[in-house]
Amino acid sequence: MKLTGAQIVMECLAREGVEYIFGYPGGANLPLYDTLPQYPQIRHITVRHEQAAAHAADAYARVTGKAGVCWATSGPGATNLVTGIANAWMDSVPLVCITGAVVSWLIGRDGFQEADITGITLPITKQNYLVLDVNDLAQTMREGFHIATTGRPGPVLIDIPRDIQQEETEFEYPEKVDIASYKPATKGHQGQIKKAAQLIGESERPLILAGHGVIISQAYDELRELAERAHIPVICTLLGLGGFPGSHELFMGMPGMHGMYWNNMAIGEADLVMGIGMRFDDRVTGRLKDFAPNAKIIHIDIDPAEIGKNVKTTVPIVGDVKQVLSDLNPLVQAARHDEWYAHIQKIREEHPSIAIPNVNKLLPQYVIKSIYEQSGHDAYFVTGVGQHQMWAAQFFWNDNPASFITSGGLGTMGFEVPAAIGVQFARPKSLVWSIAGDGGFQMTMQELATIAEYELPIKFAIINNGFLGMVRQWQHLYYDDNLQSVRLLQPDFVKLAEAFGIAAMRVNEKTEVAPTIDKALQHPGPVVIDFEVEQHEDTFPAMSPGAALSETTDQPKFEEEPEPKKVRSS
Amino acid sequence: MSTHTIVALVENRPGVLNRIVSKWRQRGFNIESLAVGHSEVPGLSRMTFTVDGTTTDIDQVTKQMYKVIEVVKIADLTEHDMVHRELAMVKVTAPPKERGGIMEVVDIFRAKIVDVATESLIIEVTGTEEKVDAFLEMVRPYGIKELVRTGRIAMARGGGTPMAIEGAKGEQHRYRPAGEGKAKVGTLI
Repeated sequence: MKLTGAQIVMECLAREGVEYIFGYPGGANLPLYDTLPQYPQIRHITVRHEQAAAHAADAYARVTGKAGVCWATSGPGATNLVTGIANAWMDSVPLVCITGAVVSWLIGRDGFQEADITGITLPITKQNYLVLDVNDLAQTMREGFHIATTGRPGPVLIDIPRDIQQEETEFEYPEKVDIASYKPATKGHQGQIKKAAQLIGESERPLILAGHGVIISQAYDELRELAERAHIPVICTLLGLGGFPGSHELFMGMPGMHGMYWNNMAIGEADLVMGIGMRFDDRVTGRLKDFAPNAKIIHIDIDPAEIGKNVKTTVPIVGDVKQVLSDLNPLVQAARHDEWYAHIQKIREEHPSIAIPNVNKLLPQYVIKSIYEQSGHDAYFVTGVGQHQMWAAQFFWNDNPASFITSGGLGTMGFEVPAAIGVQFARPKSLVWSIAGDGGFQMTMQELATIAEYELPIKFAIINNGFLGMVRQWQHLYYDDNLQSVRLLQPDFVKLAEAFGIAAMRVNEKTEVAPTIDKALQHPGPVVIDFEVEQHEDTFPAMSPGAALSETTDQPKFEEEPEPKKVRSS
Repeated sequence: MSTHTIVALVENRPGVLNRIVSKWRQRGFNIESLAVGHSEVPGLSRMTFTVDGTTTDIDQVTKQMYKVIEVVKIADLTEHDMVHRELAMVKVTAPPKERGGIMEVVDIFRAKIVDVATESLIIEVTGTEEKVDAFLEMVRPYGIKELVRTGRIAMARGGGTPMAIEGAKGEQHRYRPAGEGKAKVGTLI
């Protein structure tokens, strides 16, 4: 069967089971668009900026576990993808990005809309390709998907010149992929697993730090079995949230810079820390030399390069979390650590970390907590980056795995709008909340047009404090309150949403929170709620940059406010 | 800090050199020398790096290098008994009256004159970096007009080789953790 390059791309996408392509057309990928009507099983979603295509595909991949697909034209189209690709790279998300390139005879001659996108994305892709022969295209597509989705997942970019998309060749789908130099280990070393089981058996104060790897390998049952069998408290990293049921008595919440105070203290006292599918990021460990000073470390990760990168490991196990845990669990002795558990609970009672003062002001934490309470465990929550993200993480104690979607490693503001699009396409029947910052929302709010066009019933909660809140908090705490460039002149978010044909409400009273959320939940279409919250609220607990976990500051003690203060009229 | 000799076998495809070198750059290493050429396996190139660093840092980078899809095998030959050589070509100012002296030095170092012109010679010298340095010191007084050095190439002594890949197909990325047998963190079995 003779096909054009563009048809080969579509054939390969269809065989990979791709449902959606998030993309944006331009001169160098028009042959791809030309073939779209021939493949009705694949739906193209037109975003309003290529960065959104990458984020939407990224979020779709996080929820479904399948590779997300986005495409763009050459030059600016391709470079606009870059932030999205870097975001997927940092958070190990399988992403296949297809970029059109200028015709092959113009490559390297600064043709119109040419950018060396394979060069630009070299350090932020797991692999990238410039396809210069149409006969290599099918093999490249197959390899690309294989590399993106196996081992430690990551983004792959395939750059295809326009003439290669148009050229015809005999199409043969490669049934097998065999890359001699790429065979990621999935099964852990048996000897190491035995050693790990022994360390667990010997420990009196064990802790599990569960990361994104648990969700990627869908090792929920295995993790739960391990935790219950050996009675080990489970702390989930930001990206690990949802990997362990929030309602479980062993679930301890998040650690680290804005994590639960009790976790940061417990890590200092633990005699065994098991890092499972996580990478000991600096926001989790604090000052490295003081991280878990009394603990032996077991580190389970699929990426050998993560072993020993930040933290010295007693027992490293390289392999897929699900496989390693299923091999490990039968070797682990049943145990109880009631004293240790009670000890952590005691710190927790003394330092509740995320208590919300009962005041009449509209506190951002109160809004976020109310959204969780009114939405139930089956909803999906997408966040941006900053204070609202940390509050959203602190109050996320849900059971549904892979339902907390956030930009962790790269910390990409603006993720909240396009990512919600990807999540809603992945879970068309589910409730999707985008908990947005007023700053981040303004970075990608053009995507409201996409949301209106595809009638996606996403509920936006803009936690609007009129500031770049996290930056304001840092300037306040670490730069003598010298507030620079953090006060934002806001558009009227309600009018803005309405201009896109999206229902919108504004809330500035605490009593309006619950009824407004209710109204949003009743509304069948998209809703934007502008929560005008208290402007100077800081995120606590907090560990200052460069500090150790043990130096975490818990939230300040607060007095309950008995009566609303009388406002003096001037 | 010490000098390490890292050897990598990689699939010969466009961009591979760029990918690998960028792993060193990301961790802030300065590459002292780099030599690339064909290996005994068709399609596989062999790269030899010399870099200064601690063993832990070097281990970290080699592990990052394994993440480059085209990388088949890496070894730090510093841990092995190895033979290493460098080749240099040097164009030396050599008026007829000075030639005798230069040729004496060439003989002592078992170097070779590969081109003769009226006022200069090109000399080829092979050996360890120290030998090449010593040779250059000896001819420097005559005037060095041009110099090129290939950088180090190296191979482990004895019958075995840490670069063996035959029989390991499919198992090449099996990772052996620290303390297991003789292998160190980041080496392959």
